[in-house]
Amino acid sequence: MLNQTNSATVISTEDLKVYFKNGKIKALDGVTAEIKKGEVVVVIGPSGSGKSTFLRSLNMLEFPTAGKIIFNGTDLTSEKINIDKRRQKMGMVFQHFNLFPHMTILDNMSLAPVQLKKMDKEEAKKKAMELLTRVGLADRADAYPSQLSGGQKQRVAIVRALEMEPDVMLFDEPTSALDPEMVGEVLDVMKELAKAGMTMVVVTHEMGFAREVADRVLFMADGKLVEEGTPEQIFGNPHSPRLQDFLSKVL
Amino acid sequence: MEKFLADFQQTFIDAERWKALISGLGVTLKITFLALILGVVLGVVVAFVRSSHDELEIQHKKNNVLNVLNAICQVYLTIIRGTPVMVQLLIMYFVIMASSTNTTLVATLTFGINSGAYVAEIIRSGIMAVDKGQTEAGRSLGLSYVQTMSHIVIPQAIKNILPALGNEFIALLKETSIVNIIGMKDITKWAMNVQGRTYQAFMPFLGIAAIYLILVLGLTKLVALMERRLNPDVESDKQRNRDKH
Repeated sequence: MLNQTNSATVISTEDLKVYFKNGKIKALDGVTAEIKKGEVVVVIGPSGSGKSTFLRSLNMLEFPTAGKIIFNGTDLTSEKINIDKRRQKMGMVFQHFNLFPHMTILDNMSLAPVQLKKMDKEEAKKKAMELLTRVGLADRADAYPSQLSGGQKQRVAIVRALEMEPDVMLFDEPTSALDPEMVGEVLDVMKELAKAGMTMVVVTHEMGFAREVADRVLFMADGKLVEEGTPEQIFGNPHSPRLQDFLSKVL
Repeated sequence: MEKFLADFQQTFIDAERWKALISGLGVTLKITFLALILGVVLGVVVAFVRSSHDELEIQHKKNNVLNVLNAICQVYLTIIRGTPVMVQLLIMYFVIMASSTNTTLVATLTFGINSGAYVAEIIRSGIMAVDKGQTEAGRSLGLSYVQTMSHIVIPQAIKNILPALGNEFIALLKETSIVNIIGMKDITKWAMNVQGRTYQAFMPFLGIAAIYLILVLGLTKLVALMERRLNPDVESDKQRNRDKH
């Protein structure tokens, strides 16, 4: 799927720390990682391991206490940069979808591109319809979010982020809030996206997805990056006792 | 029955008392309306300062101007909500604006400033009740704080705010019944005057109670109408529920 040696780095973190309550809680305790263009990186780990905090800090939804986040060559933790501009290039999908309940699906999708003057209304609408067709939801364009099933909501959330044409997509446990029979439809969309070459960082409990789609798997525990490698290495030949213990519980 | 009609005649018709009642009604409505506008303006400003301050705090950023403004707002909210409006009216009339004889201005300022404190907290709690995920979704798409607030958070907050705001307007209307202590001739003062002249208590006081009640019912209706207007998806909600069953 990808030639790692030749790929440019999209996001990298250097000794990233996120502390809460004046340092009493170390949600993220010095993580150095790198995401390359076109790569699908899956982050796994027990709950409370800091994997969601790591993902959320990549677009500064969580504010780092120390360390750097380099996105396309710029340090996002710098005071001078306009974070809104950078976030336009980082799509994010949330566990609870976070669709805007007072807007139709179409308006959900075109709000940001139109407000940020990326496209005019017609263009945004056209692009939204294309994307909705791709995920099989073109007929729901005028519905409100509350009229959709969980799986449909999450597919809309994914294409809403795609509408901004991001360089990277961040997924924060995208299937955790779904009924089991809807997990598949969302994972299928994500697989397709991976195939199309999108750079993706995915926090998930779906080990099957990690095995099948990931180029690289990061295992986190206690706010630290404990082990990383290809799915074969992580699932087939885990080194650290922490990872072995985790895998024995989830597999 | 004859006695009732005679009392009615004496209270409302004799000496053209209905004219004074209408002018009293004008005073009540004028103060309520002006104070309402001032209260909403003040409330929005204070709520905006407080919410922006909270937002920056989450980001561990400091803005000295905002810190000072926030502190002023806190003092304002504490004092206004911690003292009776009647005392505030007396202080405004006899101390702060002792040189002014414009009682309308004094009453408007007092009730406006008082109502503003409650409106501010109503708006702020309405904003806080919107799921944090909504702000995060907006910001993650690259929208600014102001864009996220105006397109995503506030439209949803209004649904939480409107019923409480309606109650605040109703409370404001009723609270204006104390303006007679600074010599204003509202409908309550009218009833007191009539009672003094005619020695009738039943008719004038129940009369103004009925007038207040009618005004409140009208206001309730108006708020309900606005709520429906600002909730376009209520209709589709109903439709959906029908589809389900």
